[in-house]
Amino acid sequence: MKARITVTLKSGVLDPQGKAIEGALASLGFAGVGSVRQGKMFEIELAETDPDKAEAALKSMGERLLANTVIEDFRVELT
Amino acid sequence: MKAAVIVFPGSNRDRDVATALVKVTGRAPLSVWHAETQLPAVDLIVLPGGFSYGDYLRSGAIAARAPVMAAVAERARAGVPVLGICNGFQILCEAGLLPGVLMRNASLRFICREVHLRVETVRSIFTARYERGQVIRCPIAHGDGNYRCDAPTLERLQGDDRIVFRYFDAAGRADPAANPNGSIDAVAGILNERRNVLGMMPHPENLIEPLQGGNDGRGLFESLLSSLESVA
Repeated sequence: MKARITVTLKSGVLDPQGKAIEGALASLGFAGVGSVRQGKMFEIELAETDPDKAEAALKSMGERLLANTVIEDFRVELT
Repeated sequence: MKAAVIVFPGSNRDRDVATALVKVTGRAPLSVWHAETQLPAVDLIVLPGGFSYGDYLRSGAIAARAPVMAAVAERARAGVPVLGICNGFQILCEAGLLPGVLMRNASLRFICREVHLRVETVRSIFTARYERGQVIRCPIAHGDGNYRCDAPTLERLQGDDRIVFRYFDAAGRADPAANPNGSIDAVAGILNERRNVLGMMPHPENLIEPLQGGNDGRGLFESLLSSLESVA
């Protein structure tokens, strides 16, 4: 099975990288860009074929390694 | 006083801290590779600076889950002193042995220069040889040193006297310009609740003798020596 885990900063956590990207977009001439926040995306291939078991494993991966749950949220999608 | 320095792939200040330990305590520490699952009995465990695993995923994230860290965590919980410097501080936070997280410097720049730290507490085996309020010089070299935690955690750290070093100016004044990375409350180093685990971003091991330009960092190792030798 293929899955995608997307990791994003919790709202309220400062994102200076996002701000720098916002500035770069403005310099490129893109108007009206209000806010940019940068996240991460992991594409994972699993041998597991049961979707429920896969989701449980992926959720555990997110909690234990892929996201720092102090400052990040994550969501899991089977693709 | 027996010490162990944990070495991860990408650690690069392990020999600096080993040298500091030899020069101040007279005894060379053990070097323990990250893949070991057992730790010999030691009085101090050090997580050194560097770029373990290339800072992949998040600084210290993968090192915090290395095989040796289960043993380090067990010792930390049993009260064995643990000193995490720079990447070591990042690893301690990722491992849950210290609260909070080290994020990208607010300036987005890697900063390699000397700063001034104020010693905020001497109620610890790491700072007993300093004076409270003493201002010391110390080099830093980091891109992800911006300490962040939520408000309740900060209140607890402040209330429990667990902030060990803050970034101040040379005269010991709080000045935003003296904070190189945007850390909340200018935090440069903190203790756990039990006061046996210290995480700090600056590098005291790189300022322990005239050849390095000063010995302001010596006090940390001397504090450990006097605290731990007397226990033995």
